Amino acid sequence: MSKQVLIVDDEPHIVISLEFLMKREGYRVAVARDGEEGLAAIRQGRPDLVILDVMMPKLNGFEVLEAVRADPALAGVRILMLTAKGRAAEHGKGLALGADAYMPKPFSTRELVDKAKNLLAEAA
Amino acid sequence: MTLSGPLIAGVSFAYLGLLFALAYWADRRADQGRSVIDRPTVYALSLAVYCTAWTFYGSVGRAATGGLGFLTIYLGPTLIVLLWGGLLVKMVRVCKVERITSLADFIATRYGKSHLLGSLVTVIAVIGVVPYIALQLKAISRSFTILQEYPAIVMPDPAATQPIWHDTAFVVALLLAIFTILFGTRHMDASERHEGLVAAIAFESLVKLAAFLAVGIFIVYQLYGGGELAQARLDAAAVPAAQALFQPRLGEFADWIGISFLAALAVMFLPRQFQVAVVENSHERHIQRAIWLFPLYLLLINLFVLPIALAGVLTFGAGGVDADTFVLTLPMALGQPWLALIVFIGGLSAATGMVIVETIALATMVSNDLVLPALLRRWQGTLPPEADMGRLLLFIRRGAILAILMLGYLYYHLAGDAYALVSIGLISFTAVAQFAPPILAGLYWRGGTREGALAGLAAGFAIWLYTLLIPSFAKSGWLPLDFIEQGPFGIGLLKPQALLGLTGLDEITHALVWSLTANVGAFLLVSSWRLPKAEELAQASAFVGALRPQRQAHQTLWRGRAEVAELVALAERFLGKPRAVADFARFARSRGLARAEELPADASTVYFAETLLSGAIGGASARALVASVTKEEVLGLEEVMDILDEASQIRAYSHELERKSTELEAATAELRAANLRLRELDRLKDDFMSSVTHELRTPLASIRAFAEILHDDPELDLAERQRFLGILVSETERLSRLVNQVLDLAKIESGHVDWQADELDLAEVIEQAAISVGQLLEEGGQRLELDLEQGGGARVRADRDRLMQVMVNLLSNAAKFSPQGTGHIRVVMAAVAAGWRVSVSDNGPGIPVAELDWVFEKFHQSNAGGKKPLGTGLGLPICKEIIAHFDGRIWAEAPASGGACILFELPALPRAAPVT
Repeated sequence: MSKQVLIVDDEPHIVISLEFLMKREGYRVAVARDGEEGLAAIRQGRPDLVILDVMMPKLNGFEVLEAVRADPALAGVRILMLTAKGRAAEHGKGLALGADAYMPKPFSTRELVDKAKNLLAEAA
Repeated sequence: MTLSGPLIAGVSFAYLGLLFALAYWADRRADQGRSVIDRPTVYALSLAVYCTAWTFYGSVGRAATGGLGFLTIYLGPTLIVLLWGGLLVKMVRVCKVERITSLADFIATRYGKSHLLGSLVTVIAVIGVVPYIALQLKAISRSFTILQEYPAIVMPDPAATQPIWHDTAFVVALLLAIFTILFGTRHMDASERHEGLVAAIAFESLVKLAAFLAVGIFIVYQLYGGGELAQARLDAAAVPAAQALFQPRLGEFADWIGISFLAALAVMFLPRQFQVAVVENSHERHIQRAIWLFPLYLLLINLFVLPIALAGVLTFGAGGVDADTFVLTLPMALGQPWLALIVFIGGLSAATGMVIVETIALATMVSNDLVLPALLRRWQGTLPPEADMGRLLLFIRRGAILAILMLGYLYYHLAGDAYALVSIGLISFTAVAQFAPPILAGLYWRGGTREGALAGLAAGFAIWLYTLLIPSFAKSGWLPLDFIEQGPFGIGLLKPQALLGLTGLDEITHALVWSLTANVGAFLLVSSWRLPKAEELAQASAFVGALRPQRQAHQTLWRGRAEVAELVALAERFLGKPRAVADFARFARSRGLARAEELPADASTVYFAETLLSGAIGGASARALVASVTKEEVLGLEEVMDILDEASQIRAYSHELERKSTELEAATAELRAANLRLRELDRLKDDFMSSVTHELRTPLASIRAFAEILHDDPELDLAERQRFLGILVSETERLSRLVNQVLDLAKIESGHVDWQADELDLAEVIEQAAISVGQLLEEGGQRLELDLEQGGGARVRADRDRLMQVMVNLLSNAAKFSPQGTGHIRVVMAAVAAGWRVSVSDNGPGIPVAELDWVFEKFHQSNAGGKKPLGTGLGLPICKEIIAHFDGRIWAEAPASGGACILFELPALPRAAPVT
């Protein structure tokens, strides 16, 4: 059974591109449009990898991340954070809160795919 | 040997010539700026002009008859000297600042520069002091007459009348007048100070002291050193008068107090004392030495009074020789012609010193406070244009000197032998004591008024006339004595020397008590009648506050119009052109101006001109003359009170401080607020940059992702390729829109927009905007409804393109949020109080109430409806800037019927306004 990837982002075009890239690698893909929806999907679907945007309505990416890491049942979920905010502080904050990887927007599709692959391979 | 008249006269002339040479030399030194008299010892010695021929000859006379009573004349001054550190310093300070040159000027200036007061003081001083001058003339002529009989000792025969040209006293008076004129009015300018004179006076003090000490030492040697009088001294028990001198009487206690008090006032307020102690003072610090040196001088000159009196009594017995002449006749009797000549010179120096200084002081008063005011009155305030005022002034002074000495001679001639020497001196003392209340009160109390001073002086002077002068005339035999013994019309209570039944005092103490009581009483009573007027208050403040740091109240107390040229011209007329020009130039320099012509005609300049003139003609005349060439606005009492009132000054000062501190606090608060605001702006700028970065990165992320996908995957099917390329195009558009809007907003906010301000028809602009978004609405199947006022009535002033931008933005937003197909957008324009109101409403999801205020913030995008809206988040902030620029306002509402509603208002222009 192929690995499942959850994309949580409020930018529709970003979501389309990520969905295309992950499907091309043969993963199952689910999508959520904001933080709340995303957290619900994580709890319900237990995805192997979450590609999580930071700037989102309702719950932002950091809040989702915290919630996930606070739940031991979700320990196996890998999280890759994406953000359009380029500050180093954001980067450090994401890693400190327990993100497995962190990428700034705009991202290189190749790097993103490699990172996703690595994270999923570790999880296996 | 004999002492012939010509010899004595020759020696006298030689002595006077020496004096004059000394004075001339001192004047020259002063002109060169190397003052001789600028030394404390010279100042203290000049004060010893207090010791006249009356001291020189009279003390021994008094001691021979009255025991120790003579000491009171010196005890009083010795005691009051203790107060000089404050009192005299203050008087000197006042006189320097106000350029006061005489007692009359002092009192007149203090009480509002009153001519009347100055005249009264002058009259009192002249009447009171002329007998005293007569006394000096008498002393000189008597001592001359006695001395030239050497070796015989003959008292001059009072009954012998000589033709006036052979009367020694007349010749002496005439010579002294000439000498005084030479001393006192030698300069062509009417300067207030006389350096040469002071030097001569100090020298005379040394001469008279030396002469008296010489006699004293000689007599003591004769008495105790085995001289001719030693045996007589041992036999003294046989002579009752001598016995009395071994155990001298103290006299009545009340009289001791009275005469001491009187002498204390005299040493301050005799015109000659005022002249040397105050007017001629060259430096305040000199007073410090005078405080001990002057009493020491008084002690020394009294040291041998009792031995000389004793020797006189022993030598001459009870009869024949007047005790007042003992100082001279003893050396004669003991065969010492040279010592007698020295004594004569000593007596001459004591008399001439007094006469010269007293006469100059009185002449200044007469010319400045009697003659000049009379002339000014006659000229009605303006000077006759042709008159040389400096020369005229000098002429008046010289005339006054001559007149005063002639008056002195006349008094001597008429009354010279009628009354004892000592009594004339004390009568004069009592007259000048009348000046004490107005001067002392004037220095320490602000409440005195001109009328008060006039009333006090008049009352004191009247009592003096009644209780002292008239009785002295009666005792001289010119008036019936029963007037004294029974009182006028037999009314006992009015007996001049036992007024209201007051007895038990000697006549001087009696007169002093009554005259001062009347003086002080009238002064206080009349002063309490009304509050001081503005000009009196101004002077009161200057005098009472003299020792405080200069506040220059005068200069703020004058208001009006003046011409500097006229002030200079006025000063030139009295002081001469060179001195006036030099003084004004110096004043200009002190104000940091290059030339006198640049002086502003302000209060300070007028005050300077007035004090400059005061030095020559006295305060009251200076005030009158300056007033004649300026236009002074009269300050109200309230204003002067405000300016002068100490408390109000302090209050004003503290208010000022308070105000400044409040200002400081306000400034600090403003700075703090500005700082906060700047920090806030800084944070906002950071936030903005952060937001812009985020908004730029987001479309860029999509563009990069799809570009890479398309690049890496040539196998993509066509439909997907088309879809991805469409996204690329749309994201690129989004990016350029964003960049444009960021730049647009930045331009508006930094004020770099060229705003057009045209008169527009609002309805027309809305219709055009509707047309330009028509295509968009058609694609979305949304219906637009316009409810506008027709007829071009809705006129506003705005920039057409910018207003279009606002409308298009609002309509696009409405289109973006209203549902496809069923969307309904409604634009309503209506007149309101503030002008024209336009509302754009849709039937979309609406704006949450909590976000109504936020939608105009940058990058705030409503997420209503759950999906991410297209747009930059800068549209509404730009609209807000534009509307605000044209003095309108824009806001959002959430109508009950649902949907969103954005409204704006713009001020209306008048319908009929002409199109420009």
